[in-house]
Amino acid sequence: MCIDCGCAPAEHHHHDAPKGKKITIEEDLLAKNNRLAQRNRALFQQHALLVLNLVSSPGSGKTTILETTLTDLQSELAFAVLEGDQQTSNDADRIAATGVPAHQINTGAGCHLDAHMVGHGVEHFDLDATDILMIENVGNLVCPASFDLGEDAKVAVLSVTEGEDKPLKYPQMFRASNLMLINKMDLLPFLRFDLEKCREYAKRVNPQIEIIELSCYSRDGLERWYDWLRSRLTKKKL
Amino acid sequence: MHELGITQSIVEIAERTAREQHAAKVLSVTVEVGSLSGVVPEALDFCFEACSNGTLLEGAQLLIERIAACARCLDCGREFPLDQLLACCPVCDSAACELLAGEELRIKEMEID
Repeated sequence: MCIDCGCAPAEHHHHDAPKGKKITIEEDLLAKNNRLAQRNRALFQQHALLVLNLVSSPGSGKTTILETTLTDLQSELAFAVLEGDQQTSNDADRIAATGVPAHQINTGAGCHLDAHMVGHGVEHFDLDATDILMIENVGNLVCPASFDLGEDAKVAVLSVTEGEDKPLKYPQMFRASNLMLINKMDLLPFLRFDLEKCREYAKRVNPQIEIIELSCYSRDGLERWYDWLRSRLTKKKL
Repeated sequence: MHELGITQSIVEIAERTAREQHAAKVLSVTVEVGSLSGVVPEALDFCFEACSNGTLLEGAQLLIERIAACARCLDCGREFPLDQLLACCPVCDSAACELLAGEELRIKEMEID
């Protein structure tokens, strides 16, 4: 709604122009976040740290995937986890119970993590002693797509209890992601989730996206996910 | 509500620039918002009054210029408008298209007194 006259929608914005001196600015509104994200990226590069930004709807199983991954791989790889939620330290507590260093960021009213929060969040970790930093973003398929944190890749998690058309409904997020994990595959026989369509929709939005189907309970697909992590880390350490 | 943070950036950048120019007041700020930027112009409007209170922008107009998205087909070269991220070329139906405009989120200019 227009604050000037109360008209809606915002198209009606051309009132008589105020008479003043015109100044050209041309500055990107995300410039500050992008600058801080570049600073994070340089820091992560210095420490040869692989950084993944996990994004999804609430309840897709990000934290369970992390718990399983950390439990299985922590003897082989050194992890640290940043947890983003509006409230509570429940997720960081779950991660800390695996023995992996975890730090909770509460965004309060905010709907996403930004580069500034992540920059301070990693001050809690010994980055030299870490191979992979996992950032679990706030469960939200909209806003986190716009905010670069300095990560190497975004990993979008979609569970089969959601609709197969999520990639079409939230294309920005799936376009920005390098990998899509289709989670809770053990539940597939009980659901009307069209797996082939889901894959096709994701590829339509982002032809480059890699897709791994997995379940933390049947353990199907976990090895493929772990191999993906290992190969990304190897590339990073080169 | 990430429009709140974006609106704070608008006010921050405009106020900093206004001070550099020794302005007494900002009369208007013009912002370019692409149709695929992920930002809802109405929500920027909604946040602007609250964010500008007590700053040099108090009472200023927020002028929003919407930028329509367009893409170019990488196979046949045709440029065409699109209203969502998923688009195939209207001529040859290729899905290999590059976005030319629509993701803008930029403070363009302002008027000061």
